[in-house]
Amino acid sequence: MIEIEALTKDYLELTVVDRVSLTVADGEIAVIVGTSGSGKTTLLRMINRLIEPTSGTVKIDGQDTRAVPAFELRRRIGYAIQGHGLFPHRTVGQNIATVPTLLGWDKAKIAARVDELLELFQLPAAEFRDRMPSELSGGQQQRVGVARALAAEPKLLLMDEPFGALDPIIRAKAQSDLLAIQKRFGTTIVLVTHDMEEAIHLGSRIAVMDRGKLLQYAPPDEIIARPATPFVAELIGTGERPFRLLSLGKVRDLVEPGPAQGEPISADASLRDAYAECLWTGREMLPVVDADGASIGRIRRDDIAHKAERPQ
Amino acid sequence: MKPGLIIRLVVLALLVAFIITPTSFAWVFQPLTRNGQPPIYVQNSLLNLTISHLTIVAIATIASTLLAVGLAILVTRPFGAEFLPLSRSLANIGQTFPPVAVLALAVPVLGFGTAPTLVALFLYGLLPIFENALTGLTTLPPAVTEAARGVGMTDRQRLLDVELPLATPVILAGIRLSVVISVATATIGSTVAASTLGEVIIAGLLSNNLAFIAQGGLVVGVMAVLIYDALSALERALMARTGQRRLQS
Repeated sequence: MIEIEALTKDYLELTVVDRVSLTVADGEIAVIVGTSGSGKTTLLRMINRLIEPTSGTVKIDGQDTRAVPAFELRRRIGYAIQGHGLFPHRTVGQNIATVPTLLGWDKAKIAARVDELLELFQLPAAEFRDRMPSELSGGQQQRVGVARALAAEPKLLLMDEPFGALDPIIRAKAQSDLLAIQKRFGTTIVLVTHDMEEAIHLGSRIAVMDRGKLLQYAPPDEIIARPATPFVAELIGTGERPFRLLSLGKVRDLVEPGPAQGEPISADASLRDAYAECLWTGREMLPVVDADGASIGRIRRDDIAHKAERPQ
Repeated sequence: MKPGLIIRLVVLALLVAFIITPTSFAWVFQPLTRNGQPPIYVQNSLLNLTISHLTIVAIATIASTLLAVGLAILVTRPFGAEFLPLSRSLANIGQTFPPVAVLALAVPVLGFGTAPTLVALFLYGLLPIFENALTGLTTLPPAVTEAARGVGMTDRQRLLDVELPLATPVILAGIRLSVVISVATATIGSTVAASTLGEVIIAGLLSNNLAFIAQGGLVVGVMAVLIYDALSALERALMARTGQRRLQS
């Protein structure tokens, strides 16, 4: 658990982060959203003390982060950044092994961990372990960057616009990979982005920042339904609200028994995708199948539309 | 084998052959002599002069490298940043003194011989290495230095494991410039009785013997070109090994 208490950063006259307090529970993904200059990256970097706070405290599992030297603190916290920051003079395997090596793990354990992570990120170890970062594609470099951040099995992972440099298709893949890995390890993640879409997709809680202040910190459905300030509403985009709400729900939640015509949709698809499919093909209802392709009922367009209404 | 490499090997072989047995090349320099002047300088062994020449250059360059890289490291640390302007001026002063002036000023203090030459070459070699080391250490990709801090490297680990390895090719380019300047400049050390290949050229100037001047100049020039080439190749190899693209041509 991370407890941030009245955290403040001043640069001379300028207050970049202004008395921000928030708590991230274990296993949560907290996404910090804001425009550039909102202080979101500064807030993130104060958690692992890449930036020293002017005042306020950060506690991780009850321990003040100032109780240990900064470099020791950082070895316990995963850190992934935009543009990956891989060491160009070290192989992929050596890059991933960075923190375990700093921590003095024995060689066999490091090698096993590197191979495990490469396989987890769908980079066959035998093929990628000894390559140089410059020989990889952007998406592969980004995956190695996240693998390096996870190498020493940190309980907490900080990510600063980790998918910012990726094209939309690779980004969507990287996001779903991250969710799968987070589920598998139960890692607590704090992620910074300027993309509300990404925040809603990834976050179990979203913190909206503007000019150094935390405006709202709430689960995505609440942020969409009840934005605390006009700025939050603007960031969500008023015209986008119903669709953002739909993107949070799964087809599975609205399945009813009965037949329907045409191409089926997966039970794990978002309601937004199901609604789009209804509109595009002019159908009132869609057949629903589970992951194995077996029919489990249907979903009605009107039910989906009803879900897009502002929650009371 | 590439033609370029063959040419370099042939030139190197000729150079070594000439240095070891200069007299067997007498026929080459004969046309440059007048009135029965000797075509080859034999008052001192060319091999000894070359070794001494290169030793002086090597010692001066190693000393310049240690000081310049040390200074560059110091002024790129947070605590040393305020010394940046001072150290830049110091290195610039080293460069603005003509080597001859350094020799003239150093002789009364250090006496005749190798010492004043070493001092001149050392001062003269500082700036290119210092400037390049500064460039190398301050133009590292920000994401990489950020990541090095983020993974929990100590200041020392960041310097030794990330910053210096990545800056090495650029630092080496500075050393290359410095060495080439020194190989040429070391010749004037012979005016204050340092044992260098300048002796041959000066002997030629004093006796008006074009053959001596040509053989001294050729040996120095060819050595400079070969050293420049070899260090360039080393840089390219290091660039490739550190996964970087070439910053400058």
